[in-house]
Amino acid sequence: MLEVAQLECVRGDRRLFSDLSFALGPGELLQVRGPNGAGKTSLLRMLCGLMLPAHGEIRWKGSPVKELGENYYRDVTYLGHLPAVKDELTAEENLRIASGLDGIEIERREAYAALKTMGLQGRETLPAKVLSAGQRRRVALARLLVCGTVLWVLDEPLTALDRSAAGLVQSLIAGHLEKGGVAVLTTHHDLHLQSRHLELGT
Amino acid sequence: MRVEGTLSLVAYVIRRDLLLAMRRRADVLTTLFFFVIVVSLFPLGVGPDPNLLRTMAPGVVWVAALLASMLSLGRLFSADYLDGTLEQMMLTPQPLSLMVLGKVVAHWLVSGVPLVLIAPVLGIQFNLDLEALMVLVVSLILGTPVLSIIGAIGAALTLGLRGGGVLLSLLVLPLYIPVLIFGAGAVDASLSGLAFQAHLSLLGAFTVFALLFAPWATAAALRISME
Amino acid sequence: MAKIAWFKYSSPASFYFLAGRMIPWFAALAAVLTVAGLYIGFFRAPTDFQQGEAYRIIFIHVPAAWMSMFIYVVMACWAALGLAFNTRLSFMMASALAPTGALMTFLALWTGSWWGKPMWGTWWVWDARLTSELILFFLYVGFLALQAAIDDPRRADRAGAVLALVGVVNVPIIYFSVQWWNTLHQGASISMTKAPSMAAVMLTGMAVMAFAFWMYSIAVTLYRVRLIILEREKNSQWVRELLEGRRTDDRGLDAAATEAR
Repeated sequence: MLEVAQLECVRGDRRLFSDLSFALGPGELLQVRGPNGAGKTSLLRMLCGLMLPAHGEIRWKGSPVKELGENYYRDVTYLGHLPAVKDELTAEENLRIASGLDGIEIERREAYAALKTMGLQGRETLPAKVLSAGQRRRVALARLLVCGTVLWVLDEPLTALDRSAAGLVQSLIAGHLEKGGVAVLTTHHDLHLQSRHLELGT
Repeated sequence: MRVEGTLSLVAYVIRRDLLLAMRRRADVLTTLFFFVIVVSLFPLGVGPDPNLLRTMAPGVVWVAALLASMLSLGRLFSADYLDGTLEQMMLTPQPLSLMVLGKVVAHWLVSGVPLVLIAPVLGIQFNLDLEALMVLVVSLILGTPVLSIIGAIGAALTLGLRGGGVLLSLLVLPLYIPVLIFGAGAVDASLSGLAFQAHLSLLGAFTVFALLFAPWATAAALRISME
Repeated sequence: MAKIAWFKYSSPASFYFLAGRMIPWFAALAAVLTVAGLYIGFFRAPTDFQQGEAYRIIFIHVPAAWMSMFIYVVMACWAALGLAFNTRLSFMMASALAPTGALMTFLALWTGSWWGKPMWGTWWVWDARLTSELILFFLYVGFLALQAAIDDPRRADRAGAVLALVGVVNVPIIYFSVQWWNTLHQGASISMTKAPSMAAVMLTGMAVMAFAFWMYSIAVTLYRVRLIILEREKNSQWVRELLEGRRTDDRGLDAAATEAR
């Protein structure tokens, strides 16, 4: 479903990687590893179309991502380094608005249920600025419960999470893969999931 | 539950930004007070002669509106850029230019409309008659959206740069000049007893032109800045 | 055939050497035309009935103003090419043109001021052309400032390109609005564009000087773009060879060596 062919990344003066190719089918997980600055985040951003590769092509379901335009984003959810949570909004508002911008309106009930699953019960109406870093990340991750997209691109999703939350996220990903979804992520944690590996910067 | 429909998503963006602005009321008020203070400085600088003030009023009010708008532009994208939500908005299934339009409309509602509402009060301080006041308000209604939409291009280009605010002014003020000329010119014409419709029509035309092209340029600039 | 040759020169490496060969020709043309133009302007054109000898500054002022506009349009064209085809060289050309364009604008403003003093007794006049030139100067400065403020060369290229295109679309609107403003406020009196009746000789003189400035601009821009190419491609093999003295021309420059690495 996701094909990458001869991908090359140039940042400033440095060529981070070149001639990178891989293909992922339904139910497959790709873990991208490598030292800092190796281009892991750049690769993920290229997969999302936020960054243009210096060379090469990315194809989703057979069509080049460049041609798909906005339609590509119906199938993709990207969670980056920053949790993308507005300080002034409550956890519930953050989730519902983030989801709404993706084109999926969810009821308060659904939002509360998702936040409860992520361990934020009782904190739904608190402004995000009083939440801890780990709690903010859980709000961000709650999107995964409601987005229903096929491709998940996650940059260090387990950052700031305690062990139980990390376990929860891993089971979320596992469930997603079982349903035929595809996931690409970077992490320096150990994932107890069957996955393919990609090493950058070697 | 999927929400398709372009307009509803733009409305979503507008509601979001308005909600955020309401939670940070101080930002809105500072722009407004800046406008009032700048306008009030001029009589202190040039003397209280009512005739002189009346002649200066269109230019003074309009320049103050330009500067106030520009000050608030820094906020248009930077907060979202810093917490990662701007990136997320670039990953929605709607054209980025529409999201930009939504943000600009919200920006205008929060920064432009207050100026329009308070302008008559300032106009009275400058001895404008009723017709001139009305023309001033109409010119601001037509012109302030352009300030927001063209300013958005500058805000997108200077996203995250050091020296951003001053650089933004340098980029955007020359582009504001037609709005200033037509807007202040309309009020001026009214004060001189001449026809002001031509000025307002040109201003309106420029606004439409800007609304058609600037969101697209802003979206391109955002993609470039966010790479 | 022409297509192949064109794309060959669109690589910074080949263009570097091509530009090097072209510069002397344009510089020579510029020198010759300048001498010719100044001769016509200062010795052959008749003394103006109303403005005396001082008007002769027009032979620098008007061509400089024309070039300042022309260069901006050319800059915007290169910017558009760069955005459309993603070619580094197009962006480099746009960046190389900007300082010369700003210089032309400044020259137009400065000579405009010199012209104003004997005519109107003031060092500055808010007539339509001078005011438009001033705004154009701001547009150039904005472009230069934006590119200077961005560290990442790719973002600097593309952001500058967007700004140049937004500017070029606005320039006619700005010119029109300034004309409008000027005629409203000052009637028809003060205008430096209206030299009473342009003798053919005067027009010839201005045209020759305009060409001279054009050739000069090309020469200087080519020189500047070569510096930009060396700076941006400094990691590639051909530049290293050049700086080590192992290369003096584009002989044997093949695809591998010209790829930026």
